[in-house]
Amino acid sequence: MSTDIWVWIAALLSLAIFSYLYKDNPVFRFAEHLFTGLSVGYMIVLMWNNYAYQYIVIPISQQRWITLIPMALGMLYLFRFVPKLQHLMLIPIAITLGIWNGWSIPVVIEADLFKQMQGTMVNTTMFQNPWDPHNGLVVGLLVVVGVVCTVLYFYFSREHRGPLKVASSVGIWFVMIGFGASFGYTVMARMSLLIGRIQFLFTEWIHLIK
Amino acid sequence: MRRQIPLMLVLVLGIFFFIQFFVPSRLSTNIYQVSLQWLILISAFAIVLAIGSLVNHHLLKIKRRREHWPYSYATLAGLVVMSLLGILGRFPGLGLLDEIYYRLYLFVQAPMDAAMFAILAFYMASASYRAFRARSKEALLLLVSGFFIMLGVIPLGALIWDRIPDIAEWIMMVPNMAAKRGILFGVGLGITATSLKIILGIERSWLGGGGK
Repeated sequence: MSTDIWVWIAALLSLAIFSYLYKDNPVFRFAEHLFTGLSVGYMIVLMWNNYAYQYIVIPISQQRWITLIPMALGMLYLFRFVPKLQHLMLIPIAITLGIWNGWSIPVVIEADLFKQMQGTMVNTTMFQNPWDPHNGLVVGLLVVVGVVCTVLYFYFSREHRGPLKVASSVGIWFVMIGFGASFGYTVMARMSLLIGRIQFLFTEWIHLIK
Repeated sequence: MRRQIPLMLVLVLGIFFFIQFFVPSRLSTNIYQVSLQWLILISAFAIVLAIGSLVNHHLLKIKRRREHWPYSYATLAGLVVMSLLGILGRFPGLGLLDEIYYRLYLFVQAPMDAAMFAILAFYMASASYRAFRARSKEALLLLVSGFFIMLGVIPLGALIWDRIPDIAEWIMMVPNMAAKRGILFGVGLGITATSLKIILGIERSWLGGGGK
């Protein structure tokens, strides 16, 4: 067994979390609450190091007073705790929404629509080896059919009848394959985390696996 | 006025930054860079607000002796200890605090994080049983796709049949990608439509009061 106190703490806390598999219990609740606090504390440190120190402390120490403007705007958020002046927190929200939404429209159109359309289109290299399972013409056409049918499946402005029904049925097949793939991948990711934890307990804690 | 000023700000800034994207000049790029820094700073205060709300919630829980109130001490202690160690540890001469912070992350936070997500494996296993019952053509496709992906990413899959990893990769790269692209189109159109609605003041739920 390990003689390192930190390994013991890690092992016992891991077991405390796993104890939830039996049922909700005080040990799990303690670990859960501690985890919440530590995670928020960790986020505060990240925020301090990456943003506050870099964008507030350094500029002010260099007497770049313009930094005080966004600081003052940001501080308006804190009026959330002053009932009579709560409406002032709408100002920083409006600034964030205005900049973010104005900026995101062209970016989203370019990245999510144009680039995806470009990726979906059949190109001339696909004709060189039409049956190539990765970059052949048949696969290219299959992707086009899949994308169009998936989009049509989510088109609810018209009743799904006739050709639209056929297309949306094909669309749901693609969607189901996609969901199955995502589900399978997520299950395996969680499994690898579980294996990692069990490996830690048996290797570093009780030294059962050498 | 309480609502008009924020609405006007969203409209003006939204139109300005929409146009800014298409203006290829140094001034335009500088404005973008500075506004991005300002945005980060302003957003940082929103996180302060969130942390304040969390602390407030737990302090109230302790004060009013609500159900499970003693556990709130664990949350508050974790928050204070972790943040103080991480911030103070960066100062010269306080390296020991940084060392403790690092160990707290490595041996307390990270194992609990991994364990918390690992227990989901058990719940997903029971969810798989319900989701993967082949009661229709669509459910069968979900089952087959999930089956190949799960087998394809572990060595056992290749031991059973050496083509399984290839099939898993093909599923990921062709039908899965087609579905994801279709969904992404919908998401892109949705984001664009919502952004326009917010800029033009049609969507007002962010003002509070149910958008009235």
